Amino acid sequence: MLIKVRKPSDVLSSEITPRSVYLDRRRFLQTAAVAGAGAAVGSLPLAGLAATPGAGAKLEGVVKSPYSTGEEATSRESVTSYNNFYEFGTGKDDPAANAGQMKTRPWTVVVDGHVAKPGSYDIDDIFKAHRLEERIYRLRCVEAWSMVVPWVGIPMADFLKRVEPTGSARFVAFQTLLDPEQMPGQRRAVLDWPYVEGLRLDEAMNPLTLLGVGLYGEVMPNQNGAPIRLVTPWKYGFKSIKSIVRMTLTEEMPPTSWNKSQPREYGFYANVNPEVDHPRWSQKRERRIGEFLKRDTLKYNGYGEEVASLYADMNLAKWF
Amino acid sequence: MTKEQRIRWIAKPLVFVLCLTPLMWLGWQAFAGGLGANPIEATNRFLGDWGLRFLLISLAVTPLKAVLGLPVLMRFRRMLGLYAFFYVTLHLSSYIGLDQFFAWGEIWADIVKRNYITIGMTAFALLVPLALTSTKGMIKRLGGPRWKKLHMLVYPAAILGVFHFFMMVKADIREPLIYAAVLAVLLGYRLVARARRRPPRPVRRAQRTQTA
Repeated sequence: MLIKVRKPSDVLSSEITPRSVYLDRRRFLQTAAVAGAGAAVGSLPLAGLAATPGAGAKLEGVVKSPYSTGEEATSRESVTSYNNFYEFGTGKDDPAANAGQMKTRPWTVVVDGHVAKPGSYDIDDIFKAHRLEERIYRLRCVEAWSMVVPWVGIPMADFLKRVEPTGSARFVAFQTLLDPEQMPGQRRAVLDWPYVEGLRLDEAMNPLTLLGVGLYGEVMPNQNGAPIRLVTPWKYGFKSIKSIVRMTLTEEMPPTSWNKSQPREYGFYANVNPEVDHPRWSQKRERRIGEFLKRDTLKYNGYGEEVASLYADMNLAKWF
Repeated sequence: MTKEQRIRWIAKPLVFVLCLTPLMWLGWQAFAGGLGANPIEATNRFLGDWGLRFLLISLAVTPLKAVLGLPVLMRFRRMLGLYAFFYVTLHLSSYIGLDQFFAWGEIWADIVKRNYITIGMTAFALLVPLALTSTKGMIKRLGGPRWKKLHMLVYPAAILGVFHFFMMVKADIREPLIYAAVLAVLLGYRLVARARRRPPRPVRRAQRTQTA
């Protein structure tokens, strides 16, 4: 059982903005945003804004989390303009340029396989049924760069408890939207579309694992994986599958896209590990976006306290 | 103005400045913050792209001269080749100085462990003697035929350069394939031209060399 999760790098209680001040500021920003939007479109009913949130709309009722790091967040500009999302092109700036057209409403997530409550879950119902948390996490890409992202999301464990995996479920398989009309990158077979990923059930149930629905307090921008994506901060970024349309609880280890593409380079686990070399990039160090000098990469991206026990007795060089 | 003067005082300076425009563009983007969230990566990629492009451009001079019937193009070959070396050197410098910030241990580990870096370094090493022997004096000292032979190193260097790019990309190989196709045309042209230039050897001689 996990009780205390604070580490030296975490926010001290003295540093936390008092809730009243925080709420006041949020209220001010919301009022300003709504007033601005209202002024822009004249007669728009204000309630409508909250009912169908588009990218950039403020998320309400977000609570802070002790799992957040105290490190300075990467600028919103960088987080939303430097993306790997091959469904919209393989250049880092392609997703920001091409993802705007993707429709994120209506959106359903199909849950099937070994669950007691399979079905199609509407994205707005998911929003309503769960507590939204802000989780400021480090993100380490396998390409040896990193960011600090203030995600907003739903703890994956909360969602899984709701759909009730059965006793035989051992893995969760995830799938991204397949729609070449909306996702121009899927018109070429750069990867075997749709993008698929997977977690062991205990990894998915880990308190760090998040279903991301926003960042910087706002609805998830399309290029970051709207409307709902996975966030597993101790794994390389490619594990955190974007724009999820299906989760299947399975008995067998599910296939994963990059592993299918280059099995020698990308494994199922993809835990951040400076000790296990990648043929393309040294994983010993990383460049934090916005910084000049590289910094040392931490095992499990610094989340060892929370997740190392998941991999006790495993040969990490074999199960990379 | 004679033709010679036009080449020397107008065309050459013009090409010289034209070849510098990618670098000036890079400098401007760096100054104006136009290189995105990871400017070091962007710089490195940009310089590598242009190194490879100039390598292909300089390899295109000889075929274009023949195809277009423009021997004057040969007057620009050295400058273009030296620009290829210039951008490749800047590419390597940005890897060492910006990306790795002179972490020699890491750089050495990269050269030894990562094939695409091993290959890129080899390509660079092949280009060094070509740049050093690009002066008129060196051509004289080596003698035409030997100089020509030495400068055939540009072919393996270009092939390795394209390979370096090909191996670096993760999944989308379209761009390196374009470079590979252009290079194949440029080298293929030379093979065909060479086969045509040399009449087939008499059968007798071929037999003799086989038995020797």
